Amino acid sequence: MENIVGQKSSLTWAVNIGALLLVLLWTIPTFGLLVSSFREKDQIISSGWWNSLFSQEAALQVRSAAPDTAKQVDGLFVIEGSAFEEGQSGAIAGFGTTSKEPNAVKVGETTKTSEGYELTVNADGTYRLTSPTAFEGTRGERFFVSTKQPPSFTTENYTRVLSGEGLARGFFNTMTVSIPATIIPILIAAFAAYALAWMEFPGRALLLACVVGLLVVPLQLALIPLLKMHLAAGIGKSYLGIWLAHSAFGLPLAIYLLRNYMAGLPREIIESARVDGATDFQIFLKIILPLSFPALASFAIFQFLWTWNDLLVALVFLGSTEDQLVMTGQLKELMGSRGGDWELLATSAFISIAVPLIVFFAMQKYLVRGLLAGSVK
Amino acid sequence: MQQAFNAALTIFIGVGGCLFYYFVSNIVLDRIYPAKGANISANINKANAIRPWLFLLPAMILLTLYLVYPLFWSIYLSFMDKDGREFVGTSNYTWMLGDEKFRESMRNNILWLLVVPAFSTLFGLLAAALTDRIRWGNFAKAMIFMPMAISFVGASVIWKFVYDFRPEGTKQIGLLNAIYESFGGAPQTWLTSEIVNSFLLMVVLIWIQTGFAMVILSAALRGIPEETVEAAILDGASPLQIFFKIKVPQIWGTILVVWTTITITVLKVFDIVLTMTNGQWGTQVLGNYMFDWLVRGQDSGRASAIAIVIMLLVTPIMIWNIRNARKEMR
Repeated sequence: MENIVGQKSSLTWAVNIGALLLVLLWTIPTFGLLVSSFREKDQIISSGWWNSLFSQEAALQVRSAAPDTAKQVDGLFVIEGSAFEEGQSGAIAGFGTTSKEPNAVKVGETTKTSEGYELTVNADGTYRLTSPTAFEGTRGERFFVSTKQPPSFTTENYTRVLSGEGLARGFFNTMTVSIPATIIPILIAAFAAYALAWMEFPGRALLLACVVGLLVVPLQLALIPLLKMHLAAGIGKSYLGIWLAHSAFGLPLAIYLLRNYMAGLPREIIESARVDGATDFQIFLKIILPLSFPALASFAIFQFLWTWNDLLVALVFLGSTEDQLVMTGQLKELMGSRGGDWELLATSAFISIAVPLIVFFAMQKYLVRGLLAGSVK
Repeated sequence: MQQAFNAALTIFIGVGGCLFYYFVSNIVLDRIYPAKGANISANINKANAIRPWLFLLPAMILLTLYLVYPLFWSIYLSFMDKDGREFVGTSNYTWMLGDEKFRESMRNNILWLLVVPAFSTLFGLLAAALTDRIRWGNFAKAMIFMPMAISFVGASVIWKFVYDFRPEGTKQIGLLNAIYESFGGAPQTWLTSEIVNSFLLMVVLIWIQTGFAMVILSAALRGIPEETVEAAILDGASPLQIFFKIKVPQIWGTILVVWTTITITVLKVFDIVLTMTNGQWGTQVLGNYMFDWLVRGQDSGRASAIAIVIMLLVTPIMIWNIRNARKEMR
């Protein structure tokens, strides 16, 4: 529709800018946490993450070399050295004699210290302190420089979180929950969906209505009775329990999605297979199931994202011991007990959302297709 | 290792067991009513009458056991005491009516219901309309859609960082306070200031749900017949007029679907409130309040009563959905 009359270039601009604003608004919060997860702990709490993207000015306190290192040059006592310690580098933006004004004097210029010495600091960090009389005391003169630090990032947080803190274990636990909970309901739902789409039997419409109704039943309603049921059945708080629960909770959507997709397959294929003497079981396995791959993939992504990201079901059906705590549960604990440890929180959060994001970007096509088919029209 | 082995074993037993059931039950059925011999047509009819139920049985057992039966047991439990042992009549419900925290949850839930679906749909419509017209539209869509993949807990961490507070005089590390300060305001502890904090929690859900609204609405916008738009252009309609008077009225049905779907999500909202404020400072909602009574209060009666309230709120949408689905299938 781009080249139809009525499209003005000013409108195109407005649309582009509007879209850009929306995208920025939607990505900046995530980006901020991502950047923070690569910063050092002290940096995170001392300045905003947006500062870390540019060179930062930082005030540095320097103590000159001790008076006994002074040399005599042309009748002046001179102390020379570098404001940076060994291994440090950067550029000096300015210097000063008080901590309040580390930027008072430009580099290369000279200022008088409170003791009456003359101080010069160059851009590369070398300084020169001169005095007509001998320096007093045993300690060096204190002064301040303002440095420009290039952006610096570290992967230390990730190494630390993955090696300690039990997050690696949580990752593994989450995986244990979500993979069986994704695979098991697919098969069960596919058979049911085929029956609802292509087999004639009394009560079919009613069953379908029930499935649509169950789509929206709040999980909260099922928690207490199910927990009691699991305890009574001896399953208790275990992986088996959460696999069953997740499978059952995912079934209505799975049946609904797959039925709609299967019902849209061409009737001729199925009819001609029936004429050739194939039973429904054969038709399902050999014809319908392979053809339904897109719908199966859609549901699989949904269910995987949902089980991976879930907190409520895991809190109720799994214990909080190390071998059962999933990553969302760990994040919740971290937020509660150590809400200020942003380097831990940011890093853990990104490890926990990495897998869903990879799945999301790799399989976006199927996810969109599933969404379009899954919302009740 | 043990755990991975158990998981693999479960997949194997679960999937294998299911396949075994489907295969064997179908073979048995074919043996009992073979499609040959004297009464072949009667046999085929009988087999065809039974087979659907063989296909449906596992799904029906799971659904009944895990969704239908808990529904009724919850109703029963809501009339029992905290351990579910003694009948206490409607006292859980009368307690609820008088409970200040419950009223607060109701109030907040209604506020959430008014705000979140409206803004998510609005932003979704805006994003759909904008991204459909630009070259880098697919990239923009992916970026706005991305929060859908992030867990509610992960989103809470992301936004809690945005709302972070540092005392006045120190550098702010939360984006919101930094912006607020640059406009001359004093830094606020956003999550503890009542009313404002509820809206800040809603922002998180709007942020997540907009992508969903955008994807559905974008598909609907593309499905609009081009003739209607072309006719409007020939009649001299401006782009804005075309959008609001030609396009939007044609996708009302879809807008309604998006709205109700997000409404259901809102009614069940739990994770965001639990992790960001745990219902303190006037932010309690029904989902979290129910969890609170279940885990901290150890009172299945009251928790069930609150769950029933959530169910009642969902019911109108449920009926509407069923009606629509039946209409479509005819």
